[in-house]
Amino acid sequence: MSLLLLVLIPAVFAVAAFALNDNERRPWLIPTGAAVHAALTTFLLRFDPGPALGGALALDAQGRIVLGLLSVLFFGSSVYAVGYLKVHPERDNRTFTACLLAFLAATSLASLSQHFGLLWVAVEATTLSAAPLLYFKHNARSLEATWKYLVIGSVGIALALLGTFFLATAETAGGPVTDVLLFPAMLARGGSLSVPWLRIAVVFLIVGYGTKMGVAPLHTWKPDAYGEAPGIVGAMLAGGVTTVAFTAILRVRAVINAAGEGAMADHTLLAIGIFSMLVAALFLLVTRDFKRMLAYSSVEHMGILSIGAALGGAGLWAALFHVWNNSLTKGALFLSAGNIRRAAGARTVDEVAGMAIRTPVSARIFVTGLLAVTACPPFGPFFSELRIVRTAFATGHAAVAAGFLGCLLFAFFGLTRLVFAIVDGRPRPAARATGPRLRETAGTVLPPLALLGASLWLGLATPSVLQETWTAAVQALLPTP
Amino acid sequence: MVGRLVELVLVAVVLADLFVLASPPLAACIRAVALQGMALGLIPLLLHRDGWSAHTFLIAFGMIALKGFLIPGMLFKALREAPLHREEEPLVGFSLSLILGGGLIALAVALAGKLPLPVGVKGSLLVPAALATVMMGCLVIVTRVKAMSQVLGFLMLENGILAFGLTLSRELPVLVETGVLMDVFVGVFIMAVVIRHIQLEFGSMNTRKLTALKE
Amino acid sequence: MRTSWVNLLAAAVAAPMLPGLIAKTKAAVAGRQGPPVLQLYYDLIKLLRKGAVYSRTTTVFFSAGPVVSMAAILAAALFVPLAGTASVLSFDGDIILFAYLFGLARFFTVTAALDTGSSFEGMGAAREATFALFAELALFVNLVGLAKATGTFSLSGLSGRAAESLGLASPGALVLTCLSFFVVALAENCRVPVDDPNTHLELTMVHEVMVLDHSGPDLAFILYGAALKLTLTLSILAHLLFPMDLGSPVKESAFFLSVLAALSIAVGLVESSMARLRLLRVPRLLMAACVLAVFAVALQW
Repeated sequence: MSLLLLVLIPAVFAVAAFALNDNERRPWLIPTGAAVHAALTTFLLRFDPGPALGGALALDAQGRIVLGLLSVLFFGSSVYAVGYLKVHPERDNRTFTACLLAFLAATSLASLSQHFGLLWVAVEATTLSAAPLLYFKHNARSLEATWKYLVIGSVGIALALLGTFFLATAETAGGPVTDVLLFPAMLARGGSLSVPWLRIAVVFLIVGYGTKMGVAPLHTWKPDAYGEAPGIVGAMLAGGVTTVAFTAILRVRAVINAAGEGAMADHTLLAIGIFSMLVAALFLLVTRDFKRMLAYSSVEHMGILSIGAALGGAGLWAALFHVWNNSLTKGALFLSAGNIRRAAGARTVDEVAGMAIRTPVSARIFVTGLLAVTACPPFGPFFSELRIVRTAFATGHAAVAAGFLGCLLFAFFGLTRLVFAIVDGRPRPAARATGPRLRETAGTVLPPLALLGASLWLGLATPSVLQETWTAAVQALLPTP
Repeated sequence: MVGRLVELVLVAVVLADLFVLASPPLAACIRAVALQGMALGLIPLLLHRDGWSAHTFLIAFGMIALKGFLIPGMLFKALREAPLHREEEPLVGFSLSLILGGGLIALAVALAGKLPLPVGVKGSLLVPAALATVMMGCLVIVTRVKAMSQVLGFLMLENGILAFGLTLSRELPVLVETGVLMDVFVGVFIMAVVIRHIQLEFGSMNTRKLTALKE
Repeated sequence: MRTSWVNLLAAAVAAPMLPGLIAKTKAAVAGRQGPPVLQLYYDLIKLLRKGAVYSRTTTVFFSAGPVVSMAAILAAALFVPLAGTASVLSFDGDIILFAYLFGLARFFTVTAALDTGSSFEGMGAAREATFALFAELALFVNLVGLAKATGTFSLSGLSGRAAESLGLASPGALVLTCLSFFVVALAENCRVPVDDPNTHLELTMVHEVMVLDHSGPDLAFILYGAALKLTLTLSILAHLLFPMDLGSPVKESAFFLSVLAALSIAVGLVESSMARLRLLRVPRLLMAACVLAVFAVALQW
């Protein structure tokens, strides 16, 4: 039952945050809850506690990858949250704090779920708890972003629920069975699943979880939501929700592979992966808003993940590697972008310049993060993307590799164009007006720095324990005969 | 006999869809969707007449309470602050949506005939009605401009999916079904709050006013 | 065969009672005493004794209108099963002839209205033709559903078999067909909520405005034709609702007549409880009837 604690502890903290009547001290509940959660995670990763809830919750290799990542990301961001909320003492942070902790509970549940129904419940809870976070600024633009996020996200996730029911029908079509929708049981009875139902289910599940992940053409909510969200919420969405949705798709892919129909899922993932990269590269060349830029960059990386997942065992390994790289780098970028945005008082290149003078540390983190996210060595993304390209060549997907590299190049143009435009030059008058209140503090600078450091560390010396877990996850998802 | 009762309830479910497609007043549409949800809540009771378990009662009660009373209550509350309680200028007119609805029903019946359904469900109206409701819900979401109508479309979509899920109610654990209902509830709750804020901020629920965010 | 003729004659004689019954229901709901149930008989006798007045601008189409439309409806009556017995005439495909006889009647009414050259009657004719466009579609889809349920393209399939097979195969389809057919019947017979037979407000009239210029025996033919049409549509509905094989002809006739009376009262209640729809809404209502019929057909597939 100790697995259940991973979900319950943040949930209890969320309730406590909601009940506590002290706007100033309430934010401290976030790092406290995150620390307890991280400690418990470390303990459980060391000593595997075995399944809970009749097998619906278990810590398999893929779960370990996601849970570990979420713990690191959330703990880093939770320190930032305190600094961030201190800058906005006038806003009531009751809902914000409670929802952030609820978000942690939901993502933990999603990473532990072995039952496709429970997985759906968890992913939906993740996105729902993020909605009030988006609306933290309480203005017309954040309202619009929240509404679009809610409508597109809800429809997408509803289709995923339909896909989940189709998946269950694929199991029961042949006659009554036990343990319906349990992931290990489905893998075991792969051959006896009803193929027509399975195919429909996979289409709906990829569309549904793909919407959450934000692959093109289901990404339209992403620029709006990321653009309007506070930096920390952007980090949570880009690093947490996308990861959870991607690993949900990986489980679906494993099931259809077990039924011998993996090629269909591979083709779909490959197509949406290339399309996402293309769309993202084109929009990166057009956008003038540096927070929306991060959204398109996220779309691009979701494309990279999809392509990796479509290329078989070695590609999947690289994709799991890239999940870590993407989340940590995006976390650093969103947190530092939040600092820059606050100090500049604006978000487009037409209004913002010279941030290297206004926010020297954040600007440096932002530029370094840019190098990391565009896959410059020696950061982690370079190595994971290199592996994907090599796998593409090795498996005879030379055209895919060429398109992949071309899109990366355009994305690099687009990203550098914007980032250097806001960092270099002289500060604009708007930024000078925003007073010393928005000066950088240790609480808002150290977390992105730490996340960036982690990304660098992954590139320089990938810990062997992570590598072994990735190998184990690939073996579980795509068993090689 | 039980099969015939279930069929009549399902016909009512589809009629509620058609009603929402054809009628502009939002309050009437909310009532129609509420009735649809309650009708769906009756189905588990009718379907498993041979052996009612606590599970059956929990799901039926949960669905009726949630979809028949709680959610409509929240929506009516959100509607109270809106001066104009009608859907206006949908992208596709009411009569045309009605015709499209008829086409979607035919499509759903044809689709359900083609699918290799499990033995107990084959030939029943449950799957066609569920698919038709899903498709008509999507139609409402896509073609209506008032935020409230879009929420109603989402509820229809959700109702259709749950109707399909009823074919599996013996296989799914209670935990999952409760979780699904909870998520729907929280989702609609958040949507209702956002609608109220949209209403206050823009003076209308028209989502066409939400155009500030673009490249 | 003989019972069929007897039933047809009885229906033809009893037809003017149904509009009287509807009027009586409406009066009762409104708290009035209302005209006697047999009022239409008195009106018909009075009109038949009068002479007709023809405008000099009218042609033969004007005087042919009432006669042909009544004749068409009488011909249609030959194909409708009454009180559980087979119709006088029937062949495979008579459903289509039946629908087109109604169409023929409407065509001549509309032509006669246009023939007067009055823009006012032209407006009524245009509305009638527009509504008919939707009503006929719904009628046809319903008839297709019936054909599917009874396995024959003949209305005679209704006598006995249809209700049973429809009801057993799919109660949903039965309910939908009855609902849809009820709306079609209201539209075909110019009742509320499609048209208001009592209105004398010129802008809202549809059917009434077309027959303003007819007088004497011509008007009697029109009124009688309308009453007979109402009887025919309601008796199809009655056969849909209840299986009419009770054993003895007497029982069947009594049951049939009481169902017809109940349906007339239902029409009266509908008219009392709601207002006529706005003109633009009428197509939507008929469209809804059509969609219901499509749904019913889909259910039987």
